[in-house]
Amino acid sequence: MAHDARKALIDPLVNNNPITLQILGICSALAVTTTLATSLVMCLALTAVLTLSNAAISLIRHHLSRSIRIIVQITIIASLVIVVDQVLKAYAYGMSKQLSVFVGLIVTNCIVLGRAEAFASKNNVGLSILDGLGNGLGYSLVLIFVGTIRELFGSGTLLGVQILPLVTDGGWYKPIALMLLPPSAFFIIGFLIWGLRTWKTEQVEKPEYQIQPTPVGERR
Amino acid sequence: MSNNGLANWLERFQEMPNDRPTKTLFVAFAVSIVCAVMVSGTAVFLKPLQQANKERERQQQILDIVARLPGVEELFETVEVHHVEAHVVELATGNYVRSIDPAEYDQRKASIDPQLSVAVTPEHDIANIQRHAKYATVYLVKSEGQIKLLILPVHGSGYASTLYGFLALEGDANTVVALSFFEHAETPGMGAKIDEPEWRDRWQGKKVWDEDNQLRIGVARGQVDPSMPSAPYEVDGISGATRTAQGVTNLLRFWLGDYGFGPYLEKIRSRRG
Repeated sequence: MAHDARKALIDPLVNNNPITLQILGICSALAVTTTLATSLVMCLALTAVLTLSNAAISLIRHHLSRSIRIIVQITIIASLVIVVDQVLKAYAYGMSKQLSVFVGLIVTNCIVLGRAEAFASKNNVGLSILDGLGNGLGYSLVLIFVGTIRELFGSGTLLGVQILPLVTDGGWYKPIALMLLPPSAFFIIGFLIWGLRTWKTEQVEKPEYQIQPTPVGERR
Repeated sequence: MSNNGLANWLERFQEMPNDRPTKTLFVAFAVSIVCAVMVSGTAVFLKPLQQANKERERQQQILDIVARLPGVEELFETVEVHHVEAHVVELATGNYVRSIDPAEYDQRKASIDPQLSVAVTPEHDIANIQRHAKYATVYLVKSEGQIKLLILPVHGSGYASTLYGFLALEGDANTVVALSFFEHAETPGMGAKIDEPEWRDRWQGKKVWDEDNQLRIGVARGQVDPSMPSAPYEVDGISGATRTAQGVTNLLRFWLGDYGFGPYLEKIRSRRG
Protein backbone atom coordinates (compact mmCIF):
# COMPACT_ATOMS: atom_id res chain seq x y z
CA MET A 1 0.00 0.00 0.00
CA ALA A 2 2.75 2.42 0.99
CA HIS A 3 4.54 1.37 -2.15
CA ASP A 4 1.47 2.19 -4.24
CA ALA A 5 1.17 5.59 -2.62
CA ARG A 6 4.80 6.44 -3.22
CA LYS A 7 4.49 5.26 -6.81
CA ALA A 8 1.40 7.40 -7.40
CA LEU A 9 3.12 10.49 -6.05
CA ILE A 10 6.71 10.07 -7.28
CA ASP A 11 6.35 8.33 -10.62
CA PRO A 12 4.80 11.26 -12.51
CA LEU A 13 7.71 13.52 -11.53
CA VAL A 14 10.29 12.01 -13.90
CA ASN A 15 9.60 8.43 -14.87
CA ASN A 16 6.06 8.99 -16.05
CA ASN A 17 5.98 12.75 -16.46
CA PRO A 18 2.75 13.91 -18.14
CA ILE A 19 4.54 16.40 -20.38
CA THR A 20 7.84 14.75 -21.27
CA LEU A 21 6.66 11.16 -21.51
CA GLN A 22 2.97 11.40 -22.35
CA ILE A 23 3.35 14.72 -24.22
CA LEU A 24 0.10 16.05 -22.71
CA GLY A 25 -0.74 19.61 -21.66
CA ILE A 26 1.72 21.11 -24.14
CA CYS A 27 -0.53 24.03 -25.14
CA SER A 28 -0.44 25.75 -21.77
CA ALA A 29 3.24 24.85 -21.33
CA LEU A 30 3.94 26.93 -24.45
CA ALA A 31 1.62 29.80 -23.66
CA VAL A 32 2.25 30.71 -20.04
CA THR A 33 5.98 30.11 -19.62
CA THR A 34 7.25 33.51 -20.81
CA THR A 35 7.92 34.41 -17.18
CA LEU A 36 8.56 32.31 -14.13
CA ALA A 37 5.81 34.01 -12.13
CA THR A 38 3.05 33.14 -14.61
CA SER A 39 4.42 29.58 -14.83
CA LEU A 40 4.23 29.21 -11.05
CA VAL A 41 0.67 30.47 -10.82
CA MET A 42 -0.37 28.19 -13.67
CA CYS A 43 1.29 25.23 -11.89
CA LEU A 44 -0.63 26.03 -8.71
CA ALA A 45 -3.90 26.34 -10.61
CA LEU A 46 -3.44 23.09 -12.50
CA THR A 47 -2.25 21.13 -9.47
CA ALA A 48 -5.23 22.35 -7.46
CA VAL A 49 -7.71 21.44 -10.19
CA LEU A 50 -6.07 18.08 -10.85
CA THR A 51 -5.94 17.05 -7.18
CA LEU A 52 -9.51 18.12 -6.45
CA SER A 53 -10.95 16.62 -9.62
CA ASN A 54 -9.18 13.33 -8.98
CA ALA A 55 -10.59 13.31 -5.45
CA ALA A 56 -14.14 14.12 -6.56
CA ILE A 57 -14.18 11.65 -9.43
CA SER A 58 -12.72 8.88 -7.29
CA LEU A 59 -15.37 9.60 -4.67
CA ILE A 60 -18.27 8.89 -7.04
CA ARG A 61 -16.56 6.21 -9.13
CA HIS A 62 -18.79 3.34 -7.91
CA HIS A 63 -22.01 5.14 -8.80
CA LEU A 64 -21.16 6.50 -12.19
CA SER A 65 -22.80 4.95 -15.22
CA ARG A 66 -20.33 4.34 -18.02
CA SER A 67 -22.63 6.04 -20.49
CA ILE A 68 -22.32 9.48 -18.88
CA ARG A 69 -18.97 9.26 -17.16
CA ILE A 70 -17.02 11.61 -19.46
CA ILE A 71 -19.66 14.31 -19.31
CA VAL A 72 -19.79 14.09 -15.51
CA GLN A 73 -16.01 14.23 -15.29
CA ILE A 74 -15.91 17.28 -17.55
CA THR A 75 -18.65 18.97 -15.50
CA ILE A 76 -16.66 18.47 -12.31
CA ILE A 77 -13.41 19.63 -13.90
CA ALA A 78 -15.03 22.69 -15.49
CA SER A 79 -16.63 23.71 -12.19
CA LEU A 80 -13.32 23.40 -10.37
CA VAL A 81 -11.60 25.46 -13.06
CA ILE A 82 -14.20 28.22 -12.69
CA VAL A 83 -13.67 28.22 -8.94
CA VAL A 84 -9.89 28.44 -9.32
CA ASP A 85 -10.27 31.19 -11.93
CA GLN A 86 -12.56 33.18 -9.63
CA VAL A 87 -10.13 32.81 -6.73
CA LEU A 88 -7.28 34.08 -8.92
CA LYS A 89 -9.38 37.05 -10.06
CA ALA A 90 -10.05 37.92 -6.43
CA TYR A 91 -6.62 37.37 -4.89
CA ALA A 92 -4.17 37.68 -7.79
CA TYR A 93 -5.89 40.02 -10.21
CA GLY A 94 -2.82 41.17 -12.14
CA MET A 95 -1.66 37.61 -12.56
CA SER A 96 -5.06 36.40 -13.72
CA LYS A 97 -5.06 39.10 -16.39
CA GLN A 98 -1.67 37.92 -17.63
CA LEU A 99 -2.82 34.31 -17.72
CA SER A 100 -6.02 35.44 -19.49
CA VAL A 101 -7.78 32.45 -21.04
CA PHE A 102 -5.20 29.87 -20.10
CA VAL A 103 -6.61 29.21 -16.66
CA GLY A 104 -10.00 28.62 -18.27
CA LEU A 105 -8.37 26.31 -20.77
CA ILE A 106 -7.33 23.93 -17.97
CA VAL A 107 -10.75 22.37 -18.68
CA THR A 108 -9.38 21.09 -21.96
CA ASN A 109 -5.98 20.18 -20.54
CA CYS A 110 -5.55 16.52 -21.43
CA ILE A 111 -3.68 15.81 -18.20
CA VAL A 112 -6.74 16.48 -16.05
CA LEU A 113 -9.21 14.36 -18.01
CA GLY A 114 -6.50 11.79 -18.65
CA ARG A 115 -5.85 11.27 -14.94
CA ALA A 116 -9.57 11.26 -14.17
CA GLU A 117 -10.23 8.55 -16.72
CA ALA A 118 -7.05 6.52 -16.33
CA PHE A 119 -6.56 6.68 -12.57
CA ALA A 120 -9.24 8.32 -10.44
CA SER A 121 -12.12 6.30 -11.87
CA LYS A 122 -10.38 3.06 -10.86
CA ASN A 123 -8.60 3.87 -7.57
CA ASN A 124 -9.54 4.94 -4.05
CA VAL A 125 -9.72 8.55 -2.97
CA GLY A 126 -6.39 8.68 -1.11
CA LEU A 127 -4.39 7.24 -3.98
CA SER A 128 -6.22 9.46 -6.47
CA ILE A 129 -5.34 12.57 -4.51
CA LEU A 130 -1.68 11.51 -4.44
CA ASP A 131 -1.80 10.78 -8.17
CA GLY A 132 -3.32 14.19 -8.87
CA LEU A 133 -0.72 15.89 -6.72
CA GLY A 134 2.11 13.90 -8.33
CA ASN A 135 1.00 14.67 -11.86
CA GLY A 136 0.46 18.32 -10.97
CA LEU A 137 3.99 18.47 -9.60
CA GLY A 138 5.36 16.67 -12.66
CA TYR A 139 3.70 19.28 -14.87
CA SER A 140 5.01 22.01 -12.57
CA LEU A 141 8.61 20.74 -12.76
CA VAL A 142 8.59 21.08 -16.54
CA LEU A 143 6.82 24.46 -16.50
CA ILE A 144 9.21 25.86 -13.92
CA PHE A 145 12.18 24.59 -15.92
CA VAL A 146 10.88 26.12 -19.16
CA GLY A 147 9.75 29.33 -17.43
CA THR A 148 13.14 29.82 -15.78
CA ILE A 149 15.03 29.42 -19.04
CA ARG A 150 12.65 31.62 -21.01
CA GLU A 151 12.55 34.47 -18.51
CA LEU A 152 16.29 34.36 -17.80
CA PHE A 153 17.39 34.39 -21.43
CA GLY A 154 14.42 36.29 -22.84
CA SER A 155 14.44 39.25 -20.48
CA GLY A 156 17.44 38.68 -18.20
CA THR A 157 15.24 38.49 -15.09
CA LEU A 158 13.92 35.85 -12.70
CA LEU A 159 10.60 36.58 -10.98
CA GLY A 160 11.09 40.15 -12.17
CA VAL A 161 14.49 40.56 -10.50
CA GLN A 162 17.27 41.56 -12.92
CA ILE A 163 19.88 38.78 -13.02
CA LEU A 164 21.64 39.51 -16.29
CA PRO A 165 22.17 43.29 -16.80
CA LEU A 166 20.70 44.26 -20.19
CA VAL A 167 22.59 46.16 -22.85
CA THR A 168 19.79 48.74 -22.91
CA ASP A 169 20.45 49.48 -19.21
CA GLY A 170 24.21 49.67 -19.70
CA GLY A 171 24.94 46.00 -18.96
CA TRP A 172 26.37 43.31 -21.22
CA TYR A 173 23.49 40.92 -21.85
CA LYS A 174 21.55 41.15 -25.10
CA PRO A 175 18.23 39.31 -24.57
CA ILE A 176 17.18 36.59 -27.00
CA ALA A 177 13.83 37.80 -28.29
CA LEU A 178 12.92 34.32 -29.53
CA MET A 179 12.71 33.17 -25.90
CA LEU A 180 9.64 35.37 -25.43
CA LEU A 181 7.84 33.72 -28.34
CA PRO A 182 5.98 30.39 -28.03
CA PRO A 183 8.24 28.45 -30.44
CA SER A 184 11.12 28.70 -27.97
CA ALA A 185 9.11 26.56 -25.53
CA PHE A 186 8.86 23.91 -28.23
CA PHE A 187 12.64 23.87 -28.57
CA ILE A 188 13.22 23.78 -24.82
CA ILE A 189 10.71 20.99 -24.22
CA GLY A 190 12.15 19.14 -27.21
CA PHE A 191 15.68 19.32 -25.82
CA LEU A 192 14.37 18.39 -22.38
CA ILE A 193 12.70 15.24 -23.75
CA TRP A 194 15.83 14.38 -25.71
CA GLY A 195 17.99 14.76 -22.61
CA LEU A 196 15.58 12.78 -20.46
CA ARG A 197 15.36 9.88 -22.88
CA THR A 198 19.13 9.77 -23.28
CA TRP A 199 19.38 9.46 -19.50
CA LYS A 200 16.47 7.02 -19.07
CA THR A 201 16.52 4.92 -22.19
CA GLU A 202 13.43 2.94 -21.17
CA GLN A 203 11.37 6.05 -21.99
CA VAL A 204 12.27 5.80 -25.67
CA GLU A 205 9.23 4.58 -27.59
CA LYS A 206 9.61 1.64 -29.94
CA PRO A 207 9.03 2.72 -33.54
CA GLU A 208 5.51 1.74 -34.53
CA TYR A 209 6.54 0.85 -38.06
CA GLN A 210 9.64 0.82 -40.08
CA ILE A 211 10.14 2.79 -43.25
CA GLN A 212 11.11 0.31 -45.97
CA PRO A 213 13.94 1.39 -48.22
CA THR A 214 12.58 1.88 -51.72
CA PRO A 215 14.06 -0.65 -54.16
CA VAL A 216 16.35 1.05 -56.66
CA GLY A 217 14.43 -0.12 -59.69
CA GLU A 218 11.19 1.52 -58.58
CA ARG A 219 12.69 4.95 -57.93
CA ARG A 220 11.31 7.62 -60.17
CA MET B 1 -39.96 6.96 10.20
CA SER B 2 -38.95 9.28 7.40
CA ASN B 3 -35.36 9.14 8.55
CA ASN B 4 -35.37 5.38 8.40
CA GLY B 5 -37.12 5.45 5.07
CA LEU B 6 -34.51 7.75 3.63
CA ALA B 7 -31.67 5.55 4.90
CA ASN B 8 -33.32 2.49 3.43
CA TRP B 9 -33.88 4.23 0.17
CA LEU B 10 -30.24 5.37 0.02
CA GLU B 11 -29.06 1.87 0.73
CA ARG B 12 -31.20 0.43 -2.00
CA PHE B 13 -30.03 3.18 -4.28
CA GLN B 14 -26.38 2.41 -3.66
CA GLU B 15 -26.92 -1.20 -4.65
CA MET B 16 -28.78 -0.26 -7.80
CA PRO B 17 -26.83 -1.09 -10.96
CA ASN B 18 -25.09 2.01 -12.29
CA ASP B 19 -26.59 1.87 -15.75
CA ARG B 20 -30.22 1.88 -14.58
CA PRO B 21 -31.70 5.10 -16.04
CA THR B 22 -33.10 6.24 -12.66
CA LYS B 23 -29.69 6.06 -11.07
CA THR B 24 -27.90 7.58 -14.06
CA LEU B 25 -30.31 10.51 -14.03
CA PHE B 26 -30.08 10.93 -10.29
CA VAL B 27 -26.27 10.91 -10.28
CA ALA B 28 -26.15 13.40 -13.14
CA PHE B 29 -28.63 15.63 -11.33
CA ALA B 30 -26.77 15.43 -8.01
CA VAL B 31 -23.42 16.24 -9.63
CA SER B 32 -24.96 19.22 -11.42
CA ILE B 33 -26.48 20.56 -8.20
CA VAL B 34 -23.23 20.23 -6.26
CA CYS B 35 -21.22 21.86 -9.05
CA ALA B 36 -23.75 24.66 -9.49
CA VAL B 37 -23.75 25.46 -5.79
CA MET B 38 -19.95 25.39 -5.70
CA VAL B 39 -19.52 27.68 -8.72
CA SER B 40 -22.21 30.19 -7.82
CA GLY B 41 -21.16 30.17 -4.17
CA THR B 42 -17.58 31.10 -5.09
CA ALA B 43 -18.75 33.72 -7.56
CA VAL B 44 -21.03 35.41 -5.04
CA PHE B 45 -18.56 35.14 -2.18
CA LEU B 46 -15.61 36.56 -4.13
CA LYS B 47 -17.51 39.23 -6.03
CA PRO B 48 -16.72 42.13 -3.65
CA LEU B 49 -13.00 41.37 -3.85
CA GLN B 50 -13.07 41.14 -7.62
CA GLN B 51 -14.96 44.39 -7.95
CA ALA B 52 -12.47 46.11 -5.67
CA ASN B 53 -9.70 44.86 -7.95
CA LYS B 54 -11.46 46.22 -11.04
CA GLU B 55 -12.06 49.55 -9.37
CA ARG B 56 -8.40 49.78 -8.35
CA GLU B 57 -7.35 49.08 -11.90
CA ARG B 58 -9.68 51.74 -13.29
CA GLN B 59 -8.35 54.21 -10.76
CA GLN B 60 -4.83 53.37 -11.92
CA GLN B 61 -5.79 53.91 -15.56
CA ILE B 62 -7.22 57.32 -14.74
CA LEU B 63 -4.14 58.18 -12.68
CA ASP B 64 -1.95 57.18 -15.61
CA ILE B 65 -3.88 59.49 -17.92
CA VAL B 66 -3.73 62.31 -15.41
CA ALA B 67 -0.05 61.77 -14.66
CA ARG B 68 0.75 62.46 -18.30
CA LEU B 69 -0.34 66.05 -17.89
CA PRO B 70 2.45 68.50 -17.18
CA GLY B 71 2.61 69.92 -13.70
CA VAL B 72 0.27 67.31 -12.30
CA GLU B 73 2.93 65.36 -10.47
CA GLU B 74 4.02 68.40 -8.49
CA LEU B 75 0.40 69.09 -7.79
CA PHE B 76 -0.06 65.57 -6.45
CA GLU B 77 2.85 66.19 -4.12
CA THR B 78 1.21 69.28 -2.68
CA VAL B 79 -2.31 67.86 -2.58
CA GLU B 80 -1.13 64.50 -1.24
CA VAL B 81 -4.40 62.81 -2.08
CA HIS B 82 -4.22 60.47 -5.01
CA HIS B 83 -7.93 60.22 -5.42
CA VAL B 84 -9.01 60.73 -8.98
CA GLU B 85 -12.59 60.39 -10.17
CA ALA B 86 -13.75 60.07 -13.73
CA HIS B 87 -17.20 61.21 -14.74
CA VAL B 88 -19.10 61.34 -17.97
CA VAL B 89 -20.68 64.76 -18.51
CA GLU B 90 -23.56 65.56 -20.82
CA LEU B 91 -22.24 68.66 -22.54
CA ALA B 92 -25.60 70.26 -23.35
CA THR B 93 -26.81 70.27 -19.74
CA GLY B 94 -23.57 70.03 -17.79
CA ASN B 95 -24.95 67.13 -15.75
CA TYR B 96 -23.14 63.95 -14.86
CA VAL B 97 -24.40 60.87 -16.69
CA ARG B 98 -24.28 58.01 -14.19
CA SER B 99 -25.47 55.40 -16.66
CA ILE B 100 -22.27 55.53 -18.72
CA ASP B 101 -19.16 53.93 -17.29
CA PRO B 102 -16.26 56.36 -17.88
CA ALA B 103 -13.86 53.42 -18.21
CA GLU B 104 -15.87 52.04 -21.12
CA TYR B 105 -16.81 55.31 -22.81
CA ASP B 106 -14.70 56.27 -25.81
CA GLN B 107 -15.31 59.90 -26.63
CA ARG B 108 -13.31 59.83 -29.84
CA LYS B 109 -15.38 56.93 -31.18
CA ALA B 110 -18.61 58.55 -30.00
CA SER B 111 -17.90 61.77 -31.86
CA ILE B 112 -18.31 60.03 -35.23
CA ASP B 113 -21.28 57.93 -34.11
CA PRO B 114 -24.48 59.66 -35.32
CA GLN B 115 -26.36 58.35 -32.27
CA LEU B 116 -23.88 59.71 -29.76
CA SER B 117 -22.81 62.95 -31.39
CA VAL B 118 -24.28 66.23 -32.58
CA ALA B 119 -23.37 68.37 -35.55
CA VAL B 120 -21.93 71.78 -34.76
CA THR B 121 -23.57 74.54 -36.81
CA PRO B 122 -20.94 76.26 -38.99
CA GLU B 123 -21.28 79.67 -37.33
CA HIS B 124 -20.51 78.17 -33.90
CA ASP B 125 -17.86 75.77 -35.14
CA ILE B 126 -14.85 77.92 -34.33
CA ALA B 127 -12.73 74.86 -33.51
CA ASN B 128 -13.60 73.43 -36.95
CA ILE B 129 -14.60 69.97 -35.74
CA GLN B 130 -17.99 69.59 -37.54
CA ARG B 131 -19.35 67.09 -34.98
CA HIS B 132 -18.72 66.43 -31.35
CA ALA B 133 -19.80 63.75 -28.90
CA LYS B 134 -22.79 64.49 -26.69
CA TYR B 135 -20.89 63.24 -23.69
CA ALA B 136 -17.34 63.86 -22.51
CA THR B 137 -15.21 62.27 -19.80
CA VAL B 138 -13.83 64.66 -17.20
CA TYR B 139 -11.36 63.83 -14.44
CA LEU B 140 -11.51 65.32 -10.97
CA VAL B 141 -8.67 65.25 -8.48
CA LYS B 142 -10.18 65.71 -5.06
CA SER B 143 -8.83 66.31 -1.60
CA GLU B 144 -11.10 66.41 1.45
CA GLY B 145 -14.13 66.56 -0.78
CA GLN B 146 -12.90 69.67 -2.59
CA ILE B 147 -12.03 69.65 -6.27
CA LYS B 148 -8.34 70.45 -6.58
CA LEU B 149 -7.95 69.79 -10.24
CA LEU B 150 -10.39 69.55 -13.10
CA ILE B 151 -9.18 67.91 -16.25
CA LEU B 152 -11.09 68.32 -19.50
CA PRO B 153 -10.41 66.70 -22.87
CA VAL B 154 -10.25 69.22 -25.72
CA HIS B 155 -9.64 69.00 -29.44
CA GLY B 156 -9.82 71.13 -32.55
CA SER B 157 -8.17 71.94 -35.85
CA GLY B 158 -4.69 73.39 -35.86
CA TYR B 159 -2.75 74.20 -39.01
CA ALA B 160 -2.08 70.76 -40.47
CA SER B 161 -3.92 68.42 -38.13
CA THR B 162 -6.44 67.97 -35.36
CA LEU B 163 -4.97 68.70 -31.95
CA TYR B 164 -6.00 66.48 -29.04
CA GLY B 165 -5.18 67.49 -25.53
CA PHE B 166 -6.18 68.00 -21.93
CA LEU B 167 -6.87 71.27 -20.19
CA ALA B 168 -6.34 71.19 -16.44
CA LEU B 169 -8.10 73.83 -14.34
CA GLU B 170 -7.93 74.57 -10.64
CA GLY B 171 -10.94 73.90 -8.43
CA ASP B 172 -12.31 77.40 -9.16
CA ALA B 173 -12.82 76.25 -12.78
CA ASN B 174 -11.23 79.48 -13.92
CA THR B 175 -7.46 79.24 -13.32
CA VAL B 176 -5.41 77.15 -15.75
CA VAL B 177 -2.94 74.64 -14.36
CA ALA B 178 -1.78 73.23 -17.66
CA LEU B 179 -2.69 72.67 -21.26
CA SER B 180 -1.10 69.70 -22.90
CA PHE B 181 -1.53 68.13 -26.31
CA PHE B 182 -0.91 64.44 -26.61
CA GLU B 183 -1.69 64.04 -30.27
CA HIS B 184 -1.16 66.33 -33.25
CA ALA B 185 0.77 66.48 -36.52
CA GLU B 186 1.82 70.12 -36.66
CA THR B 187 4.99 71.31 -38.37
CA PRO B 188 8.04 70.18 -36.39
CA GLY B 189 9.95 73.10 -34.92
CA MET B 190 7.01 75.48 -35.40
CA GLY B 191 3.44 74.44 -34.57
CA ALA B 192 4.72 71.27 -32.91
CA LYS B 193 6.04 73.48 -30.11
CA ILE B 194 2.59 73.23 -28.52
CA ASP B 195 3.63 70.01 -26.84
CA GLU B 196 6.98 71.31 -25.56
CA PRO B 197 7.17 71.75 -21.78
CA GLU B 198 8.35 75.32 -22.15
CA TRP B 199 5.23 76.39 -24.03
CA ARG B 200 2.93 74.28 -21.89
CA ASP B 201 4.20 75.96 -18.73
CA ARG B 202 3.21 79.36 -20.04
CA TRP B 203 -0.41 78.47 -19.37
CA GLN B 204 -0.01 78.06 -15.64
CA GLY B 205 -2.02 80.65 -13.71
CA LYS B 206 -3.84 82.10 -16.72
CA LYS B 207 -7.50 82.91 -16.22
CA VAL B 208 -10.30 81.71 -18.47
CA TRP B 209 -13.00 84.33 -17.80
CA ASP B 210 -12.79 87.99 -16.83
CA GLU B 211 -14.96 89.67 -14.17
CA ASP B 212 -17.74 90.24 -16.69
CA ASN B 213 -17.86 86.53 -17.50
CA GLN B 214 -16.34 87.05 -20.92
CA LEU B 215 -14.24 84.20 -22.32
CA ARG B 216 -10.81 85.77 -22.69
CA ILE B 217 -8.33 82.90 -22.68
CA GLY B 218 -6.17 82.53 -25.77
CA VAL B 219 -2.84 82.85 -27.48
CA ALA B 220 -1.64 86.40 -28.11
CA ARG B 221 -0.40 87.57 -31.48
CA GLY B 222 3.30 87.82 -30.76
CA GLN B 223 4.40 88.61 -27.21
CA VAL B 224 2.04 89.33 -24.35
CA ASP B 225 2.33 92.93 -23.20
CA PRO B 226 2.13 92.80 -19.38
CA SER B 227 0.64 96.29 -19.26
CA MET B 228 -2.34 95.33 -21.41
CA PRO B 229 -5.61 94.31 -19.70
CA SER B 230 -5.56 91.04 -21.68
CA ALA B 231 -2.28 89.92 -20.07
CA PRO B 232 -3.82 87.63 -17.37
CA TYR B 233 -5.69 85.65 -20.04
CA GLU B 234 -3.15 85.23 -22.82
CA VAL B 235 0.11 83.44 -23.46
CA ASP B 236 2.89 84.28 -25.92
CA GLY B 237 2.37 83.08 -29.46
CA ILE B 238 4.75 80.87 -31.37
CA SER B 239 6.60 82.66 -34.15
CA GLY B 240 6.00 80.99 -37.47
CA ALA B 241 2.97 79.13 -36.18
CA THR B 242 0.20 81.72 -36.20
CA ARG B 243 -2.35 79.27 -37.57
CA THR B 244 -1.57 76.63 -34.94
CA ALA B 245 -1.80 79.26 -32.20
CA GLN B 246 -5.08 80.51 -33.59
CA GLY B 247 -6.31 76.90 -33.61
CA VAL B 248 -5.41 76.53 -29.94
CA THR B 249 -7.27 79.73 -29.06
CA ASN B 250 -10.28 78.60 -31.07
CA LEU B 251 -10.49 75.13 -29.59
CA LEU B 252 -10.17 76.53 -26.06
CA ARG B 253 -12.92 79.06 -26.69
CA PHE B 254 -15.11 76.36 -28.22
CA TRP B 255 -14.66 73.80 -25.46
CA LEU B 256 -14.96 76.35 -22.66
CA GLY B 257 -17.95 78.00 -24.38
CA ASP B 258 -21.66 77.25 -24.41
CA TYR B 259 -21.36 74.36 -26.86
CA GLY B 260 -18.50 72.71 -24.97
CA PHE B 261 -18.01 72.46 -21.22
CA GLY B 262 -19.57 75.89 -20.59
CA PRO B 263 -22.74 74.61 -18.85
CA TYR B 264 -20.75 72.13 -16.76
CA LEU B 265 -18.15 74.67 -15.65
CA GLU B 266 -20.91 77.15 -14.89
CA LYS B 267 -22.38 74.64 -12.43
CA ILE B 268 -19.04 74.04 -10.77
CA ARG B 269 -18.38 77.76 -10.42
CA SER B 270 -21.83 78.54 -9.03
CA ARG B 271 -21.59 75.67 -6.55
CA ARG B 272 -18.47 77.25 -5.12
CA GLY B 273 -20.50 80.44 -4.71
